[in-house]
Amino acid sequence: MATQLLRRRASQILSRANPNPSSPLSLARALSSDSAPIRATLFPGDGIGPEIAESVKQVFKGAEVPIEWEEHYVGDQIDPRTQSFLTWESLESVRRNGVGLKGPMATPIGKGHRSLNLTLRKELNLYANVRPCYSLSGYKTRYDDVNLITIRENTEGEYSGLEHQVVRGVVESLKIITRQASLRVAEYAFHYAKTHGRERVSAIHKANIMQKTDGLFLKCCREVAEKYPEITYKEVVIDNCCMMLVKNPALFDVLVMPNLYGDIISDLCAGLIGGLGLTPSCNIGEGGIALAEAVHGSAPDIAGKNLANPTALLLSAVTMLRHLNLHDKADRIQNAILNTIAEGKYRTADLGGSSTTTDFTRAICDHL
Amino acid sequence: MARRAIPLLKQLFTSPSSNLTPIRSVTYMPRPGDGAPRAVTLIQGDGIGPLVTGAVEQVMEAMHAPVYFERYEVHGDMNRVPQEVIDSIKKNKVCLKGGLATPMGGGVSSLNVQLRRELDLYASLVNCFNLPGLPTRHANVDIVVIRENTEGEYSGLEHEVVPGVVESLKVITKFCSERIAKYAFEYAYLNNRKKVTAVHKANIMKLADGLFLESCREVATKYPGIKYSEIIVDNCCMQLVSKPEQFDVMVTPNLYGNLVANTAAGIAGGTGVMPGGNVGADHAVFEQGASAGNVGNEKQLKQKRANPVALLLSSAMMLRHLQFPSFADRLETAVKRVILDGKYRTKDLGGTSTTQEVVDAVIATLD
Repeated sequence: MATQLLRRRASQILSRANPNPSSPLSLARALSSDSAPIRATLFPGDGIGPEIAESVKQVFKGAEVPIEWEEHYVGDQIDPRTQSFLTWESLESVRRNGVGLKGPMATPIGKGHRSLNLTLRKELNLYANVRPCYSLSGYKTRYDDVNLITIRENTEGEYSGLEHQVVRGVVESLKIITRQASLRVAEYAFHYAKTHGRERVSAIHKANIMQKTDGLFLKCCREVAEKYPEITYKEVVIDNCCMMLVKNPALFDVLVMPNLYGDIISDLCAGLIGGLGLTPSCNIGEGGIALAEAVHGSAPDIAGKNLANPTALLLSAVTMLRHLNLHDKADRIQNAILNTIAEGKYRTADLGGSSTTTDFTRAICDHL
Repeated sequence: MARRAIPLLKQLFTSPSSNLTPIRSVTYMPRPGDGAPRAVTLIQGDGIGPLVTGAVEQVMEAMHAPVYFERYEVHGDMNRVPQEVIDSIKKNKVCLKGGLATPMGGGVSSLNVQLRRELDLYASLVNCFNLPGLPTRHANVDIVVIRENTEGEYSGLEHEVVPGVVESLKVITKFCSERIAKYAFEYAYLNNRKKVTAVHKANIMKLADGLFLESCREVATKYPGIKYSEIIVDNCCMQLVSKPEQFDVMVTPNLYGNLVANTAAGIAGGTGVMPGGNVGADHAVFEQGASAGNVGNEKQLKQKRANPVALLLSSAMMLRHLQFPSFADRLETAVKRVILDGKYRTKDLGGTSTTQEVVDAVIATLD
């Protein structure tokens, strides 16, 4: 009878919390979510990175989130195995743990090494960039009703880096779209929509001009859409999308896009809600890896002064929790953050207040 | 003279629509024979095209403007633009056009793009500005987006490498980048604009957008009185939605120009009111500035509620291009006064009027 009970409990957990059915990591996590802490890699980053990472650790401790952090720092020596300042051990740690949180990293200028973001993306095969954008009720911008997610294909498209000079004064740049990458990101987009209760997915394209490339992207999206009949699927041309976003952002729910359009639209949406300092972001890789990150810069001018705004990194950490299906903890922390900002008593300098990072963090912990 | 000037000045400053009273300009001295009617090719287009071009025709008649239209039928599902249309435009040098619908992914290349390539209309211009009286989220917007119109991502050079892998070529040449940069700076110079901003993504596409930027920088050195700056396209979109007043003239390659123009049009009042056109060395085609790729929906067509303001303002630009400045001023003043009054506005501006009502209002307001 005990085995029957155990089996039933296991199937309950699996059916309730299954982000990626094919991933062995999620299976292990689903069974261990009630008992052992989950290990997650943390890259504090440069500049204000360490301060805001500290914020995240405090808030998570206050909310009793079962996560054990494994901190890794970016070295100042190039690791020959990765051709960059990130060591092999750091990357292995992310692969092993399956989740990570990354603070802002300033890429040192120089030649002979890959940029840090590029290294992470290529080595961990991070194929989708997810940015939930919703208006923060305490921070007033011109737009109050933004509630959308942008999902951007992160590996190919216009950013393949394949350019060459044909003759003097004529340059060609290749935009590559493959069926495999488009299917992958479309699958993730619809799966995300389903697990987060979203009703509409819109594919953004310019297939009237780039008929074969964006046409292939759209074909893949349509194929995946057929498997999810309960989700409304629409296709929107990118210029129409830009115009509608600035006139009425409430029209959009989940947006899935190739690389370049995704870059522009996700930054546009970040601008609608108040800028990169408040926008969470999460990169999804093969095998269910999730690397949440803060997309703002490392702000070296205010580093170490306890003035930084940890909101972006905190909200990204919340996205990471949702990926791990710890929805109740994620909701608690998110509500605490939103209530603190809405109250207006404790706000950092960039939101128009005068609190320090530590005060802001303590206020959030109090709201938990 | 001071005695006569004071009451005039008082009238100018106290009347509520003083900024819309046309100042009679006597400095435009035409050449004898300039008043002869000019032929303009008219392409009605698809969707709401016939409705809005009809509006322009009515207003031109009411003003007795020295233009007459040669109408041609072109539809978006034709394979090519008919040769007679191209010949007519080459003869008249100026064309007014409604939108042409492009079938989605259907193997037919866009007729809009074809027309621009055929006539080498290499600069596309959209003027996005706040119309007085029209409430928008953003104030102080006055942006002109000048977009390279012939190459870049719209080269149409695509092929399937193997099944499931498709490549598209983006071509940037020094020749085209230089001439669009020259046009942008010349426009800024002739229209008393203070800043030109180049929009690019050269941190990722180093060679392609790098070449575009190089050309812009070279041309900038020849105009020391105009401030030149560069901005990455994703940051640009973010700044447009938060602080649009920092932008003046923007010069961009083809695809980014499309996005930036539509975003700027959206924040300044919508694509229904922004004028624009395409211009080349020999010809000019005027159309609705930023149409966001659509030609109106069925409901708009049936109820005849399309917004004619954009095409009316574009035709005012056309009149100035044909060197009839006083007619252009009258038309613009009338349209702006109708918008300011607020009684006759179409649905996209928050009103309930039909196209015909707006046109009648404009004709009634003409002086």
